[in-house]
Amino acid sequence: MKVLVAMSGGVDSAVAAARAVDAGHEVVGVHLALSRMPGTLRTGSRGCCTIEDSRDAHRVAGMLGIPFYVWDFSERFKEDIVDDFIAEYAAGRTPNPCMRCNERIKFAALLDRALALGFDQIATGHYAEVVRDADGRPELHRGEDLAKDQSYVLGVLTGEQLEHCYFPIGATASKAEVRAEAAERGFSVANKPDSYDICFIPDGDTKAWLADKIPMRPGLIKDAEGEVLGEHDGAMTFTIGQRKGLGIEKPAGDGKPRFVTGLDPASNTVTVGSRADLGVSHLTGIRTSWAGPAPADIGTSPETGIDCEVQIRAHSDPVPARAWLGDVVTEAPDHEAAVPAARPAGQLLHVDVAEELSGVAPGQTMVVYRGTRVLGQATIDVTGRDRLGAR
Amino acid sequence: MPQAVLDVYTTELSRRANPSSLHAVGQAGRMRLETARDDIARALGATSSSEVVFTSGGTEADNLAVKGLYLSRNNGSFAEPSRPLVLTSAIEHHAILDSVDWLESQGAEIVLLDVDETGRIDLPAAEAALRRDPDRTALLSVMAANNEIGTIQPLAELGRLARDLGIPFHIDAVQALGQIPLDFAELEATAMTITAHKIGGPVGIGALLLDRAASPTPILHGGGQERSVRSGTLDVAGAVAFAAAVDLATSDLDSRAAKFSDLRDRLIAGVEATIEGARLSGPRGTGRLPGNAHFTFAGCEGDSLLFGLDARGIATSTGSACSAGVSRPSHVLLAAGMSEDVARSAQRFTVGHDTAASDIDALLEALPAVVDQARRAGMVSATPRWRQTAHESQESA
Repeated sequence: MKVLVAMSGGVDSAVAAARAVDAGHEVVGVHLALSRMPGTLRTGSRGCCTIEDSRDAHRVAGMLGIPFYVWDFSERFKEDIVDDFIAEYAAGRTPNPCMRCNERIKFAALLDRALALGFDQIATGHYAEVVRDADGRPELHRGEDLAKDQSYVLGVLTGEQLEHCYFPIGATASKAEVRAEAAERGFSVANKPDSYDICFIPDGDTKAWLADKIPMRPGLIKDAEGEVLGEHDGAMTFTIGQRKGLGIEKPAGDGKPRFVTGLDPASNTVTVGSRADLGVSHLTGIRTSWAGPAPADIGTSPETGIDCEVQIRAHSDPVPARAWLGDVVTEAPDHEAAVPAARPAGQLLHVDVAEELSGVAPGQTMVVYRGTRVLGQATIDVTGRDRLGAR
Repeated sequence: MPQAVLDVYTTELSRRANPSSLHAVGQAGRMRLETARDDIARALGATSSSEVVFTSGGTEADNLAVKGLYLSRNNGSFAEPSRPLVLTSAIEHHAILDSVDWLESQGAEIVLLDVDETGRIDLPAAEAALRRDPDRTALLSVMAANNEIGTIQPLAELGRLARDLGIPFHIDAVQALGQIPLDFAELEATAMTITAHKIGGPVGIGALLLDRAASPTPILHGGGQERSVRSGTLDVAGAVAFAAAVDLATSDLDSRAAKFSDLRDRLIAGVEATIEGARLSGPRGTGRLPGNAHFTFAGCEGDSLLFGLDARGIATSTGSACSAGVSRPSHVLLAAGMSEDVARSAQRFTVGHDTAASDIDALLEALPAVVDQARRAGMVSATPRWRQTAHESQESA
């Protein structure tokens, strides 16, 4: 096969490229330039997309004897990831930009170009596995090393995209093994630190970075009953579940700590409540997608739903759940009223979780699993104690 | 590196000589260095050997010319410049553009001369700009020929104008050396940058040809070598190899240029005949570097074209090589009036010593399929699939 390996300059994609070569494929390496000014993304060995990372990737490609190119996707990255990230926060949501990058850049813009240029597959250093079912159709599964598993951030991939995905290190027992292999192969990146946080926020301070992009508007902090408890400098600097830094002088009646339970950008209000108020047991998602065909047995009511597990963060534990389909909505969700290229909300997905989840923010993605297999995902739009908002 | 250059280079590397040492070995090295200086001066029309100031390459020579002349025209100081104006064009190499940007941060006023759509400096506009305030103008710096689209600038006219107005004139001739005749005295320039590696010499040696009357403020301070304008131990091996390379590049220039031009025009005619939407950038004929052909291919990312050609063994470039290895839309193409999308679709083809007519034919044979493939791969600026409405995605399907 002709395989295009996306090489970030890190150890995982380096080993992925090496294994693709060893497997006998015709391999080409590509590093994505995602910033117009490479110096403005994170520098040093943390994170992605710097000149240094490009050079690291180039050295590995050189050692493997494969052609290597740097392709400029900075325009797409800015519009489809960075601007989207800012718009979501401005609308009081908590997006996952790595997921968006997989959905819109790596396995979309890059994949489309790769296919047009004659490649069969894209390989990356993700910890996840593509397994073929009896009919040869691809299924997405968790990586072998559950501590490193990245199937969550790949949950947006459709069956069509998975046809062309190759994760050479997904079945490796541990990251330590990947590093050992890199060292054995003589890669200088063998001990390069893992990347954390968001690559386009240089110092990792998301709040400060956002405060620079979104006008801060002071507003009120209220409790669930609407009583004003204090003021804030800007609602978007708060996160659902946040406890510290609320600046409320008056103690709660029961003397227990208060948490952020809601953000309303329209009225610019931050709502606070008790820990118990954070719990949600029902989630409604929009823009549902399936990692292959939709589950054959899923119905449109709680009774005809499927039993599954739902995971709401990259590294949170999955919880048992029941999921069923809602309507197909042709309008964009309300919070996107101000977004110029807003897309329809699409297929709704309703989920009851067996145990309450805490600190769930609209905008987060819920990935639906059955065992190790990713069934699909939806973007969380409404959360609640009951099935409020279920359509 | 041509064998003749390699031979003198390696021979010299095996010798030990600091040409500034006073013992016999040092003096012998000095002799070989000065011979090299004489040869370069003669080949490029300098009136005396002392007009050749060796540097580490083109970037350093450009920096010395721009910053050094600016400072010497302003009493060696950035404070309250009496001649704050620096005239140049928007299509210069980054060694010039980034230097003038830096000068601007130190209080200089930068005037970018207009270029037409072929990248040629608009002479009447340039004359007006030069005449506007000659007493407050520190210098004029213009490249002899553009490295991306091959445009040769009207150097003689600019040189005359600058001389008449008493404005120092610097020529960045890095790309032009060995491609077109360069006569330092005839061009009436104050300074001219050249470098060895562009003509088959080693990387790490270049020179600034410098009028004896000019004394730019040094950028590198130290032992006072090279008329005290450029300190640093002299690289005898580099200088000797540079001279050998200059000799090769400037002898038979006419016949070589004619051969390159023929191949180039065969390439241009072939591309224009076979590829719809291909557009030549820069001028045609004698206004263009003999070895340069540069096209934009509507609807293709340059990256995709380069990939397809490279896979077929044809080495091209999307623009000037950049430090990050990323091809951003070229500032030269944007300055010549192209949109970002058009600038992104660029591909440069260079005819060199080892290019044969059969290579041009091989390129022309490979190109249609490569362009088709690149067009299918699309432009990065196109509406991404995930954002298209159902209607749009049907259209694009």
